[in-house]
Amino acid sequence: MSDALDVLDQVGRWKTSGKGVALATVITTWGSSPRPVGSQLGVDDTGAMVGSVSGGCIEGAVVKEALAAIADGKPRLLDFGVTDEQAWDVGLACGGKVQVFVEKVS
Amino acid sequence: MKAETVTALQAARLKRHAVVLATRLSDAAETLVYPERAEGVFAGDAALLAAARRAMAIGRSETVELDGQRIFLNVYVPPARLIIVGAVHIAQSLAPMASLMDFDVTVIDPRRAFATDSRFPGVKVMQDWADEAFEKIGLDASTAVVTLTHDPKLDDPALESALKSDVFYVGALGSRKTHGKRRERLTEAGITDEQFARIHGPVGLNIGAKSPAEIAVSILGQIVEVRARRLEALAGPKVVAA
Repeated sequence: MSDALDVLDQVGRWKTSGKGVALATVITTWGSSPRPVGSQLGVDDTGAMVGSVSGGCIEGAVVKEALAAIADGKPRLLDFGVTDEQAWDVGLACGGKVQVFVEKVS
Repeated sequence: MKAETVTALQAARLKRHAVVLATRLSDAAETLVYPERAEGVFAGDAALLAAARRAMAIGRSETVELDGQRIFLNVYVPPARLIIVGAVHIAQSLAPMASLMDFDVTVIDPRRAFATDSRFPGVKVMQDWADEAFEKIGLDASTAVVTLTHDPKLDDPALESALKSDVFYVGALGSRKTHGKRRERLTEAGITDEQFARIHGPVGLNIGAKSPAEIAVSILGQIVEVRARRLEALAGPKVVAA
C-alpha cells in the first residue's frame, strides 16, 4: 500500500492512461535521512505525486525536476542536504543528505 | 524507467519472485536481474550480476560503481506474509494494520462464523484447519505466523507446523500460564526446547496493550523488530557510499 511497488502500480496506471510520468528514487543516503535507499516518488505531468523520497522536505523540488524530465526525457541526479546550503535551495531538516535519481517513464 | 520494466516488476511481485533492477545513472539504461536469469544491457556482465544478486540476498538496495560507471541496484522482494490463525477480534485490527505495512495477510480459521469475508474486507480468508492451510500456502523465511484463537486444538497444530518451518516469526496469544501449559503439550507432541523457544509468547511487545487494536500494535511492533534485526544480521554493517 505504501511501498515502492504501489508507486509503480500508480505509475503504470498513469502511463496506461496516456499521461507523461517520471519516477524519482532515493539512490544514496548519508547520515539520518527520512526515507531509505530505494524509496520512490512517482509524478505525473500535472504534478500529482504518489509515494515519497523524504518526509516532505524535498518533494517540491523533486516534482519540479520530474516535470522537467518529463518534458526533455533526460535523467537527472539531485543532491539534497543541509551541509550544502550554499549550493542547493532545499535542505533536509533532519541533517541528513540524500541523492535522488529522476527519470522519465518512457 | 521503461513502461515494460514497470510491467515486469509488477509481474514479479504477483508471482512472489525477487528481482533487482540495475539502472546506469548516466543514461538510465536498465537490466532486470532475477535469481536465474537477467534481461537488459548488462545481462552478460558477470560483475554486475554478482553485485545485484548479493543485494537481492540481503534485501538492500544500493548504488555501486563498476568500471567507472555508477549503477543503482534497486531490490524488489515480494512482500512479507503474515498468517493469522484465528479470525477473532484482535485479528480484525491486526489484518488491516499489517496490510498497511505491506504485509500480504492471510487469516485462517475453520470456524465459519468467524472466518467470513465481511469481517475481513480485502484480506485473504481461509476456512481451513491451520496445518492444512499451511500446506496449501507453503511457509517460508519471509512469513510470520501468529496464533490468536486461545484454543489448543486450533493453535497447537499451527504452532507445530510453524516451528518445523523456517518462518521468521512465530507468536502465540496467551498469558504466561497459558504459555506454560502450551509448552507441556507441544513438548509431548515432539517439539524440542530449542524449537519452542522460537515462539514469542505472551505475544507482542510489552507496551501495556489492552484493546484489540493496541494488542495488534504490540504484535506488529515485535514483528517489525524481529525482521529488522534479522536483516541487519544478514547484511552486516552498513556500507556507506562514497
